[in-house]
Amino acid sequence: MAFSLSLPRLREPSVLPGFWPALGFTVSYLSLIVLIPLAALIARPWEHGGAEFLHTVTDPRVLASLRLSFGAAFLASAINLVMGLITAWALVRYDFPGRRLLDAAVDVPFALPTAVAGIALATLYAPNGWIGSLFAPLGVKIAYTPLGVLIALVAVGLPFIVRSVQPVLQDLDAEVEEAARTLGARRWQTIRQVILPAVAPALVTGFSLAFARAVGEYGSVIFIAGNMPMKSEIAPLLIIIELSQFNYAGAASVGLAMLILSFIALLAINIGQLLFLRRGKR
Amino acid sequence: MRASTPEKPKGAAWLVLGAAVLWLALTILLPLITVFVEAFRQGAAAYFAAFQDPDALAAIKLSLQVAAAAVPLNAAFGLSAAWLISKFEFVGKGLLLTLIDLPFSLSPVISGLVWVLLFGASGWFGPLLDKLGIQIIFSYTGILLATILVTFPFVARELIPLMQAQGADEETAAVTLGAGGGDIFWRVTLPNIAWALLYGVLLCNARALGEFGAVSVVSGHIRGLTDTMPLHVEVLYNDYNFVAAFAVASLLAGLALVTLAAKTLLEWRFSGELARSARH
Repeated sequence: MAFSLSLPRLREPSVLPGFWPALGFTVSYLSLIVLIPLAALIARPWEHGGAEFLHTVTDPRVLASLRLSFGAAFLASAINLVMGLITAWALVRYDFPGRRLLDAAVDVPFALPTAVAGIALATLYAPNGWIGSLFAPLGVKIAYTPLGVLIALVAVGLPFIVRSVQPVLQDLDAEVEEAARTLGARRWQTIRQVILPAVAPALVTGFSLAFARAVGEYGSVIFIAGNMPMKSEIAPLLIIIELSQFNYAGAASVGLAMLILSFIALLAINIGQLLFLRRGKR
Repeated sequence: MRASTPEKPKGAAWLVLGAAVLWLALTILLPLITVFVEAFRQGAAAYFAAFQDPDALAAIKLSLQVAAAAVPLNAAFGLSAAWLISKFEFVGKGLLLTLIDLPFSLSPVISGLVWVLLFGASGWFGPLLDKLGIQIIFSYTGILLATILVTFPFVARELIPLMQAQGADEETAAVTLGAGGGDIFWRVTLPNIAWALLYGVLLCNARALGEFGAVSVVSGHIRGLTDTMPLHVEVLYNDYNFVAAFAVASLLAGLALVTLAAKTLLEWRFSGELARSARH
């Protein structure tokens, strides 16, 4: 097309057909399914003014739910950081019967519908459930408390860490470790000074993915959470409650607040990683 | 350079291995086992009775109808986006890639909410739809839109890295030899990406059938009409009808396991023909 040639290099010339149809379909579909709906999420919280937005998101019940969603997501991802690294290590380094089966099982939380995981966890951790009944005599209640929320988020997040770390551990040069050992490094020194720095970026990636997923998680949490206002109500549930009262602006406000907070948290994680890497290089 | 190979555990290694196995058993296998144990708690007859319920059958049918439309649409988008990104150089490619991945970072509830903000009774287009007599929220269309948004990146993100790695050389050669656009796609591109496409479609389909949060916002929970399989599980569970809830859940869990088995098989047999990033 003539006008595209007159513009300075918006696209490199190519002999292949289909640029314009592919561009047209891709951009239209993206706009219809993602961009226009998200525009509504960004625009609608302000329709009763900025003060109303602030009023909604600083409501004690909303604040409590945001604190729970982000706090539990952070804690669950931190637990999975440790357990995911151990799991990935075992799967990569050790040869044992059933290794491939366990490796495949790591992906179950990706594939299992959240509602299914949700009712299974609620049943397991209820006071009369297989695990809940072990803790009930100790006076520890898991299901229908914030602890239940944490358990659900832990169950959902593990594969993100394992799948991020696994390829790095696999490619880690075995000779470097052997060299460290022959040079007299103790096992712990090898882990801390050779292996951990190598997997750190992958751990951060996995943590971010698990965290982002956990913050917005709904299906696997609501059955076990008990959903008590101020105590075990997660932020996505607050959106649904606002909607059930036909408060569209309120629902959009909570949604937008979640997005902004997630963005800030992920930005902080990435900046933290950059600073960490720079310190390591010095 | 030599990559590490797995060795027989010894000494402290048993501790690490034990912790890993215990953790996987606790967080992954136990919930999975629970689904089937609870589903069969009152015997096989009670299990199968759950599928005699017309509402359960309606839910299964609705879920299949939603996936039947959402998966092909997102597959078409994935092919189109991957063709565009891998075969051409143009300004704004990075932004496009970021936007394609965006739905992965949305809470499912937000992926449902946005459609209510557009098409609900007090949505931007609500009054207009009302005048035209078209209902989107609390109907098949709304459920479909929410499902499409949630499963949006699945096919695209399997195809894009693979097709980027393959480059445009083969297609360019085909053009030089006089092949047309259709010939190039069917005889050069598609055979190169068939397994990755299948892989993406599998994951997209599993998620489309199992999506809960997004669909729950737009469905309105009208039994027999707008309840998908996962929503029907919720309704049964909240009615204390646990056997039926877990019976329908076991169908979804079985589907997840079949998907995983197929996915694992594809990864073992065709790892060279799947993008590296596909192993997530």
